[in-house]
Amino acid sequence: MGGVEGFIYPNEVELQWSILIVLYPFITGLVAGAFILASLERVFNVAAVRPTYRLALLTALAFLLVAPLPLQMHLGHPERSFEMYITPHRESAMAMFGFVYLWYLMGVLLLEIWFDYRKDLVLTWRASTGLKRMLYGALTLWSDDVSPQALRIDDKIGRFITIVGIPSAFLLHGYVGFIFGSVKANPWWSSPLMPVVFIFSAVVSGVAAVMLIYMVLCLLRRVPIDMLCLDTIAKYLFFAFLIDFSLEALDLIHRIYEAGESFGALDFMVRTRLFVSHIVVQICIGTLLPILMLAATQVMQFSEITRRRVYGTAGLLTLVGIFAMRWNVVIGGQLFSKSLLGYTTYKMGFATREGLLPALIIMVLPFVILAVLLRVLPPWGEEAHLARHKA
Amino acid sequence: MDQDRRGFLQDAGKFILLTGAATLAWDYVVAGAPEQAPNYIATDHWWGMIIDIDKCIGSGNCVRACKAENDVPLEDGCFRTWVERYRVDPYDLDHPHVDSPDGGYDGFPEIDKPGDGMKVFFVPKLCNQCADSPCTQVCPVGATFVSPDGVILVDKSRCLGCRYCVQACPYGCRYIDPRTHTADKCTLCYHRITKGLTTACCETCPTGARQLVDLKNPKDPVHAFIRDHKIHVLKPNLATGSKVYYNGLDGVVR
Repeated sequence: MGGVEGFIYPNEVELQWSILIVLYPFITGLVAGAFILASLERVFNVAAVRPTYRLALLTALAFLLVAPLPLQMHLGHPERSFEMYITPHRESAMAMFGFVYLWYLMGVLLLEIWFDYRKDLVLTWRASTGLKRMLYGALTLWSDDVSPQALRIDDKIGRFITIVGIPSAFLLHGYVGFIFGSVKANPWWSSPLMPVVFIFSAVVSGVAAVMLIYMVLCLLRRVPIDMLCLDTIAKYLFFAFLIDFSLEALDLIHRIYEAGESFGALDFMVRTRLFVSHIVVQICIGTLLPILMLAATQVMQFSEITRRRVYGTAGLLTLVGIFAMRWNVVIGGQLFSKSLLGYTTYKMGFATREGLLPALIIMVLPFVILAVLLRVLPPWGEEAHLARHKA
Repeated sequence: MDQDRRGFLQDAGKFILLTGAATLAWDYVVAGAPEQAPNYIATDHWWGMIIDIDKCIGSGNCVRACKAENDVPLEDGCFRTWVERYRVDPYDLDHPHVDSPDGGYDGFPEIDKPGDGMKVFFVPKLCNQCADSPCTQVCPVGATFVSPDGVILVDKSRCLGCRYCVQACPYGCRYIDPRTHTADKCTLCYHRITKGLTTACCETCPTGARQLVDLKNPKDPVHAFIRDHKIHVLKPNLATGSKVYYNGLDGVVR
């Protein structure tokens, strides 16, 4: 048994949840965070982040469509996964995934995007011919009323959906946290703070991702970045990160001070097998460094180009840090034995079913979907609309 | 009726053999089976197990019998039951030395020297058949469930292979069967106990360290055993309602 140290139960040789299960909370976190950013504009009327409103919604959709994929690939019997809809076990936290997911996809995200884009869809449909006309006709669901009264109703409904959407986004990711936090057998996971930590880390990762995507798209399209928008997003990222870090620090301090039965085993794990991914990558490079960088932009005056560079770097580090956090939760939670007397190692395959290659493909897929979405539902109309308003 | 000489002799032989003591013994065997499966009333039973630590000699018979009886894969990481050897230095109670080579399948190699001052004992492990089992709670499709007689079972035709139950079991009693890609675990030899037999591990234990018990049967010796001994369950702080009771369990065991 290579990689085993001390004593582990004989059935613990193999890790049960692989890198694919690391991707699952990472991806749903990006969805929830991107949606929260979008709703800032819609519900709380933060006009400054308007340029990223639609982009955030499309990002959320692109990632949400991919979210069940790592789970499906991980299941021993993916063909039976529909049983979760037909005969769900109501006591199981996991059984609700299908419903929470469907609700969020169909009840919130698709509806909100449709109501927001309806006018654009109708106008594109009217202006196009052939296949394109058929596509947009289908997308409008053959509802072509764009009278001011109809648009007012659209706006009202859209706002209502966003208001429902915020708790739904919290539910989506808080629920993912609960899946881990409610496992009393695992002292590394079992914590009532887990859902809250997951929610705030989701907000952090989603906001950072949309910020980066917005910056990259501006570069690709050779249009100037709206600095007011970027500064505002960075400010929110900073505050969300502070809350997230405080919660995680609280969890850590609580564990260290309480020093319960499992503390010795977990402490040893963090100092050895999890040192690089937890202390170095997650806490130092992925949390403290971006927080310090973002804090600097809040208290010091930097030129526009410096701010952009700081935001870009901090955003990237944030995503690395949040990914490391998911890794440390999912993989870290399986590296120690439930006997608390030994440790095992995670051996990741490459071109295997749950290896690195499928994980990379799954991570690239949302960007491909986003590229298609940006083509079919261009969010840029908003910028022109905004520019007209400013003029 | 066609009855040749050979057939007649065979029947006569059986008749003679099944007289006297043989007949009595047969009656005893039949009587010993409380109910045959068709008449088995699940709600009349509540199964558990008693394990006497001081009686276990680490022979590994139970592990081998379990694997053979239940067609458990012989590879690493597939155990419905296993035996752990604890070696505790009385001056360092927090760091017991524990091993379980191949789950104790081939017994344990001698590593202790007499007089080295270590406390050594064996701990057989198996599914604790928890009354409030965390594994059944988390199964998203109810593929794993508690039977009316208190045994945790897995329906392999419904299991998704999501492995949440493996994560939820505090005792490490579950594994994924590499052949079916579904969760598997000790069934307390359900196919045997519902026919009035005991489990394969209890059947083969050379010292009677493991005993199947029916907690609903007032005549079961378990009640006297629990009254007369200091018994304990594994990880009582997790409140899983474990029904595997250990006599003489040391506090260092996890």
